Amino acid sequence: MLAITIAIFIPFMAALFVPFIYKRVRSRNIGWFVMSVPLVLFIYLASLIPAVAGGKTYIHTIKWIDSAGINFTTYLDGLSMIFGLLITGVGSLVILYSIYYLSEREALGRFYVYLLMFMGSMLGVIFSDNLMVLYVFWELTSISSFLLIAFWYHRKKSRYGAQKSMLITVSGGVGMLAGFIMLYTMTGSYSVREIIGTIGQYTNESLFLPAMLLVLLGAFTKSAQFPFHIWLPDAMEAPTPVSAYLHSATMVKAGIYLVARFTPVFGGEAVWFYTVTGVGIFTLFWGSVNAVRQTDLKALLAYSTISQLGLIMSLFGLGSAALNEGYSADSVIYTQATFAALFHLINHSTFKGALFMVVGIVDHQVGTRDIRRLGGLMSLMPVTFTIAVIGSFSMAGLPPFNGFLSKEMFFESVLIIRNLDIFAMGPVWGSLIPVVAWLASVLTFVYSMIIVFQTFLGKHQPDRLDRKAIEAPVGMLIAPLILALFVVGIFFFPNVVGNYLLRPAMTAVYPPFEGAEGLVPHIAAWHGFNAPIIMTIGVIVVGALLYTYLRYWRGIYSLAPMRWNLDSMYNGLLTQTEKASSFLTRTYMTGYLRDYLVYIFVFFILTVGGGLLWTGGFSIDLSNDAPITISEYIIIFVMMGASIAIIFAKSRITAILLNGVLGYSIAILFVVFRAPDLALTQIIVETVTTALFLLCFYFLPEWSKEKTTRSLKVFKGIIAISVGTVVTVLALVVQGNKMFESISVYFENAYELAGGKNIVNTILGDFRAFDTMLEVVVLFIAGIGVFTLIKLKAGKGDEDVED
Amino acid sequence: METIITILVGVLVTVAVYLLLSKSLVRVILGTAILSHAVHLLLMTMGGLKKGAVPLLGENAESYTDALPQALILTAIVISFAVTSFLLVLAYRTYKETGSDNLATLRGFKDE
Amino acid sequence: MKINDVILQTVTKIVVFIILTFGVELFLSGHYNPGGGFIGGLVLSSAFVLLYLVFDIETVHKGIPFDFKKVAAFGVLLAVGTGLGSVLFGASFLTQTASHFNLPVFGATELSTVMLFEAGVALTVVGVVVTIILSISEDV
Repeated sequence: MLAITIAIFIPFMAALFVPFIYKRVRSRNIGWFVMSVPLVLFIYLASLIPAVAGGKTYIHTIKWIDSAGINFTTYLDGLSMIFGLLITGVGSLVILYSIYYLSEREALGRFYVYLLMFMGSMLGVIFSDNLMVLYVFWELTSISSFLLIAFWYHRKKSRYGAQKSMLITVSGGVGMLAGFIMLYTMTGSYSVREIIGTIGQYTNESLFLPAMLLVLLGAFTKSAQFPFHIWLPDAMEAPTPVSAYLHSATMVKAGIYLVARFTPVFGGEAVWFYTVTGVGIFTLFWGSVNAVRQTDLKALLAYSTISQLGLIMSLFGLGSAALNEGYSADSVIYTQATFAALFHLINHSTFKGALFMVVGIVDHQVGTRDIRRLGGLMSLMPVTFTIAVIGSFSMAGLPPFNGFLSKEMFFESVLIIRNLDIFAMGPVWGSLIPVVAWLASVLTFVYSMIIVFQTFLGKHQPDRLDRKAIEAPVGMLIAPLILALFVVGIFFFPNVVGNYLLRPAMTAVYPPFEGAEGLVPHIAAWHGFNAPIIMTIGVIVVGALLYTYLRYWRGIYSLAPMRWNLDSMYNGLLTQTEKASSFLTRTYMTGYLRDYLVYIFVFFILTVGGGLLWTGGFSIDLSNDAPITISEYIIIFVMMGASIAIIFAKSRITAILLNGVLGYSIAILFVVFRAPDLALTQIIVETVTTALFLLCFYFLPEWSKEKTTRSLKVFKGIIAISVGTVVTVLALVVQGNKMFESISVYFENAYELAGGKNIVNTILGDFRAFDTMLEVVVLFIAGIGVFTLIKLKAGKGDEDVED
Repeated sequence: METIITILVGVLVTVAVYLLLSKSLVRVILGTAILSHAVHLLLMTMGGLKKGAVPLLGENAESYTDALPQALILTAIVISFAVTSFLLVLAYRTYKETGSDNLATLRGFKDE
Repeated sequence: MKINDVILQTVTKIVVFIILTFGVELFLSGHYNPGGGFIGGLVLSSAFVLLYLVFDIETVHKGIPFDFKKVAAFGVLLAVGTGLGSVLFGASFLTQTASHFNLPVFGATELSTVMLFEAGVALTVVGVVVTIILSISEDV
């Protein structure tokens, strides 16, 4: 359906208009225009939910580079529907929130342009069926995210965070591109749907495993999985609406999307299962461990996001086990994990988005996010407090919030996997996963409590806050309130989400299981007193104890293994690379024109001359030479003499006149060679050039004798003679060996084809008019260049403005 | 004819390369001018010399000289004129700003 | 640059017209005989350059009150514009056509859209060459 293709481009189009509208409406009201874009798209996508839930998919192809298999194909199925709704829905709320969050003094136009660009690229990622198009949009999200993180570019930390996120995600993206190309080499298609259909026969190819790992690299870097998670905390330098949007609900989920999309391709392989599950579980654990020790609320949320992304990732890993054997009544049980992953994906976006907005409100109202300075805000900001409780408790996995449901399903999935015997999973490893998952959940509980209790309860410290704490304006509260409503609403009506959103998505992830019994389980808040509920109770008890005695065991974090971190490795690597590359560059980029020319000439001599020697292609055939007259000999020898004399010319006037001799002699040769147009042109150009040289000499110093050593002169001479010889030999070889018929005969029909009798002129004006047109443009550019070089004089002493 | 013209091209290229490797900016520009002369002659030679009549259909000749290199050269002459003049002005402006036309001293800033 | 040379000036006044006529002739004859946009343009500009060299800039500027930068820009637009013109008639970019007309004075004449394109080329050449020379010589 074309509408989906258009939907990708609507945000980009709107971004084009923003600067113009912002010129007229220089206030926060610009946000309303921007907000209408995702809102309209959200309503449109929502209107398609019933059809998609009924199993319909929408495909639309615009032919682009058909011969290379690259077409602009958009594909809307259950999986992309979930992401599309998140991007547009959370997008609308974030923009609504930003209208009140950002000060009118900020460059709002720029902000919304970036945000819309990001939205469009995100939609492009999830709707593209063609891998190359997907890759382009994937990198566009990295770039627009870079711009958004560096929105306050005057801050050093913003620039650092932006660069870090860009370097990590883009390098992952390039790896992913390599993976895509490998997939293409194997399957001969860039279309995900076609690859899913045919991948079965390629699983034993040698490229299969590298392709899988490279695609995972892209997904892991984007979704901040260990050890690539280090960019996410630094990306928190972005304005809070951006963090809420990009770094909780959408961009970091692009990696999750990729894993989900490629589960039918690679899932069922042991490597995929272990890598995705292992990395996910470890990220879940590592993120929660680090979140507890943060004192900045936003950093805490960053680590909690890392942890939650790990959770979702591990669930996809666990779920892929179902594809190993294909459809059977036994294997369908493993799909539960994927179901939980998709469900938690939605839940996480709601509660984490709300939490980010809460933190933004606190920061906005009192001027700090440091939990050591916060406390006792409950009575002062009751609405914010309520939202914070809903969000945090949902994250901790408590009822009656949606996080409880997906957390229960998560526990169930990790317990089921113990029974798995297909990937040679022993009882030790099988039991390790639930244990680590449970530990991480305890820590999740702890940091969720930190957010609520240390910010809103405890002692109020007004003297340590920048501003007096009062409740936020209503406009800022609407967006988090809506998200909080979803958090509660999904808990009470989970099966609406299950049936309308998750069912088609499950079909997309598990094509062989379409319509299978048990693929879409019934979600129930209470399902008996079983293992998951015991685990949850354990989480609450142990978590509460750990939170109460937090200050006694916090000392663990100062132990040596915890200090060792990946950030310093990244920084070290960056500085070392910079140093090494600048050292390397300095060795050959001397800033001296002669050196560069020597590189070029030496390379020319070695490759062309060497190539001639290597292939032994010296077959010179002089038999076709035209006869030559005495007068022509004279001209040629005059030219040789004149050119050599230029080198030894004492004054520049002599040199220019000698150059003139060359030019006019060539004009005569052109007459001899039956090229009247050239002869005329050459004469006039030579005249004007000589005049120009003389004019410039009026201003330039007399050329001094080159003070060079004898050895340098010899060196220059050797290079010059070698180049001259190679050119001559090459030209003679070419003349002696005509491999193709000349195409020039075609142009001799000039009168029939172009209505002209001067063949040269018809080539210029008709056959190759495009060249001539561009040549005119080049000429014009040179003219403007000359004019500006002379007329424009920049003020002296323009200081470098970089701080 | 072709052979001797090709040798002439070689000589011109040698001179041009030698001038390009000079310190003085003006010599370098002169080098580029001579190099373009050489290339024009080379193009001409590639199409074969003195074979057939002037490429004007009004001549009613049996065969015509290859017109394609001529069209290429015509374009090249004009472009090389534009480039030469641009370079000349660049040299002139450089001299005005820095007081030097010696490439050895025009190396930009130390810390770049 | 101030040159007081009466003979040169007098000769120039006549020669310039001969060169200009020659230039126009070359430009017009380009389709059948040697000549065309580039050559015509170059000859025309050499006439202007000669004027500027012999007389001082102010004097010439009174006689020929063009801004040659604009001439060049107009030339580029004309060259590109004729290309676009063919697109309007459904042909591909830069398609040229020719046809015969019976004009009152010249009799049966062939008029071609190449003429417009070539005129753009010629105007660009004139504009650029004169701009280059003027820019340098004005900047004393």
